[in-house]
Amino acid sequence: MKQLFQINVNGKSYEVNADPERTLLDVLREDLRLTGTKRGCDIGLCGTCTVLIDGKPKRACIAKISSVGIPLLCKEGLGEVDLPHLTSPYKGEAPDIITIEGLSKDGMLHPIQQAFINCGAIQCGFCTPGMVLTAKALLDKNPNPTREEIRKAMAANLCRCTGYQQIVDAIEEAAKKINQR
Amino acid sequence: MVARVDAREKVTGEAKYADDLHFDRMIYAAPLHAAYPSALILSIDTKPAKEMTGVIDVITADDIPGSKQVGTVIRDHYVMATDRVRYSGDVVAMVAAETASSARAAAKRILVEYKPLKPVLSPEDALAENAPNIHYNCKNNIPSHYKVRHGDIKKGFAKSAHVIAREFKTTFVEHAYMEPESCIAIKNPDGSVTVHGGMQHPFTTRKFVSWACGLPLNRVQIIQTTLGGGFGGKDDTISVICARAAILALRTGRPVKITYTREESIRESYKRHPFYFKYKVGVGKNGKLQAMEIDMTADSGAYCATSPFVIWRPTVQCTGPYIVPNVKCDTRAVYTNNTFTGAMRGFGSPQVNFAIESMIDIVANEIGMDPVEFRKKNFFTQGCTTHTGQKLSQHKVSINEVVKKTFKAFDWKKKYEQCSRGSMDDEGTFYGVGMAASYRGVSLGAEGNDFCSAIVNIQPDGSIILEVGVAENGQGLKTAMVHILATEFSVDHSRIRFLDTDTSSITDSCPTVASRGTLVGGNAVLDAVKKIKDQMRPVLKELIGVSKKGYQFSDGYIVNRSQPRKKIKFEDAVAACHNKKMYLYALGVFAGPPVHWIEETGQGNAYFTYVYGCQAVELVVDARTGKVSVKKVVAAHEVGKAINPQMAKGQIIGGVAMGLGFALKERIVHNEGVIQNLNFDKYKIPTAPEMPEVEAILVENPDPAGPWGAKALGEPVGELMGAAVANAIFNATGIRFTEVPITAEKIRLSISPPL
Repeated sequence: MKQLFQINVNGKSYEVNADPERTLLDVLREDLRLTGTKRGCDIGLCGTCTVLIDGKPKRACIAKISSVGIPLLCKEGLGEVDLPHLTSPYKGEAPDIITIEGLSKDGMLHPIQQAFINCGAIQCGFCTPGMVLTAKALLDKNPNPTREEIRKAMAANLCRCTGYQQIVDAIEEAAKKINQR
Repeated sequence: MVARVDAREKVTGEAKYADDLHFDRMIYAAPLHAAYPSALILSIDTKPAKEMTGVIDVITADDIPGSKQVGTVIRDHYVMATDRVRYSGDVVAMVAAETASSARAAAKRILVEYKPLKPVLSPEDALAENAPNIHYNCKNNIPSHYKVRHGDIKKGFAKSAHVIAREFKTTFVEHAYMEPESCIAIKNPDGSVTVHGGMQHPFTTRKFVSWACGLPLNRVQIIQTTLGGGFGGKDDTISVICARAAILALRTGRPVKITYTREESIRESYKRHPFYFKYKVGVGKNGKLQAMEIDMTADSGAYCATSPFVIWRPTVQCTGPYIVPNVKCDTRAVYTNNTFTGAMRGFGSPQVNFAIESMIDIVANEIGMDPVEFRKKNFFTQGCTTHTGQKLSQHKVSINEVVKKTFKAFDWKKKYEQCSRGSMDDEGTFYGVGMAASYRGVSLGAEGNDFCSAIVNIQPDGSIILEVGVAENGQGLKTAMVHILATEFSVDHSRIRFLDTDTSSITDSCPTVASRGTLVGGNAVLDAVKKIKDQMRPVLKELIGVSKKGYQFSDGYIVNRSQPRKKIKFEDAVAACHNKKMYLYALGVFAGPPVHWIEETGQGNAYFTYVYGCQAVELVVDARTGKVSVKKVVAAHEVGKAINPQMAKGQIIGGVAMGLGFALKERIVHNEGVIQNLNFDKYKIPTAPEMPEVEAILVENPDPAGPWGAKALGEPVGELMGAAVANAIFNATGIRFTEVPITAEKIRLSISPPL
């Protein structure tokens, strides 16, 4: 049974009509047409679907819409309907979801994005959105990570092209840039 | 440093991969895969699927309007299974529905009646007497065989003081591109079909779609979308998938999208060939190689695909970069009911280099020589003759140079002396270093028809459209081509727009494989530039005067070399040409220099030029767990000329990562012909913490055959870690592994065998 949910994506509020079991990845890609979030394995392992939920990196392919959206009361004069089977941890306010489309501001790239370009951290680019968002979560928490800490933080984001080294270089460079501001 | 031209769209999420595209009235299709690796199909009942809500169409092999079989070399690959399934990834039917999930649900309802046959699960079984034929018209199950007969091995072995024989084995490896296969087929009003998709070689796709749909090539248009990784893997399988999408689009009149799940992708797509090697090597008293007798068998799986290319290259490179006067080599691909195999970054070279470069260390140890000294004694020299009878005189033979540069950066001598050699330290670990070196033929060689085109189309305002017949696979081809063109005209990169490959616009330029993109594409661009400059010359004479020394393109201007004060802005000269009713449009063409191969003897100039590489690895083995920690890798590769050093180094580091996966962990597991590890929970590729820091060294010896001297890089970087790691583990533990991957479990069991 479809339900109406309110979700916050990239600072905008959306109402989506979806089965509570529908994944956030399906909602982002198919309902909102935000296709920067990729589908690589669909079992929460490869990291290409990484989004930030209240600042934490999460796998959109295994997050149910009911766990990240607020169920809306049914409209069209049906009155308030209790939805006890929905176990959203977020009471009252939906969490902030940031996808790759929400990272640059007014056409200005985020320093992590710019560093990925500068350091040659992009090849086929399929892992890039997830990598960038995981890196953002890391630098928000730890502004001066060592290379080892960076590698550890990126452990669950797979890349088949780069061998990771230029991604680590990029995150190091981005940390420096952000700290200079 | 020049940034990638497609970096911004990729880092913002704007780049469109095939699955990101959406069309009005689009429907979704999903496959039904075979239930057995080998079985006769007695009947297929699609009615239960057709009756389901949302289902638009269900097709089987009977509904293919054109040819039921396609293939790169031999047309043995069934678009959908007819009377028989030959591996567990064969597709029996396709369902198209309003949503992907209803298509998948409906596919499960299709009733297929099989008569299971005993599957042939190894080349050994396939070559046994009375083995069943995998394909009706191939009586010995050998779709391809190559040989080399050079000198006289009998005499060579007679002259040898030592004769040493070993066997080696590699396994099925998954490409693991992060983007699973995806495409959308659209029927056009004139009855032609357009397919957007993530493939490495849009022209293979066009051919397959054309055959399967029964349409001429001009009625099939393939447009390459941004590709989420290929590594050789996005050729045959995606092309067959596109053919099925096209058939459904033509039947339903609606855009049809097929996007595979990871499980469907790993189940159906071809893998790297497992190889079985037998090496017998003879060495003289003086440490010089005298003879090699080599037998290689590759498991081709259910279809031939690109097997002939994948077994030909290791045949040409079977001796490694060493002078061997007497060589006999036989290589064959063998049909089985395993998953079919094809191109994967290297075309057989990671396999053959694992064998030969392990063998060289083994032989050196057996005869009591230092492995590096042994190599140096036998390395190719300038002007020497290879075992295919090719004289290496047209390019710089740089094998010694790459080894020297690797060792210096690695501090080889010191580290080699510190190896544990079987004695564990107090912490229960072994320390070891290992190396491997290779030579590699550039581009297709005598195995293929090597030519390529580029279109340079200068607009009246001085902006430029560029198309090249080879494709961007994520490796950075667009950037390299734009850089070459921008530099030749001395204009800013932003002035050039690179169009994604569209088979209705650019001409077929053979596959973007064999690390040939930069060389053939770059040469085609240079040819187009030359044609346009020739065209402009008479106009330049009028505009900035006659010049005996010619005209120079410099900083956005065209300058009269004889009178440097006479110059004109590039765009003004372009506008002047346009006013003179002149199109500054050229089709640049590159045709590879002559190569040849005599089938009976395996003699000939196999490739027009070669590259050389060396990689060294430092690692620690934990005796208790068998776990290998890789501490450092140095990789030096001769590339002719690096068009973009940062991207070139990225290729090296990425290739080393893939090489380490091949050496230490990656293995597709078949059980009775059915793959057991269909997703990344069970098929593990290297992760960021597992990767060491890699020092990438570019060695430049510009080659007369390459654009600005550039040669190749994508594959040589991934073909050395197998042997380097095996040699390092031997130098650490004293145990020689002759089969990859060398997993922690194998090492642990070898160090302390169970009682």
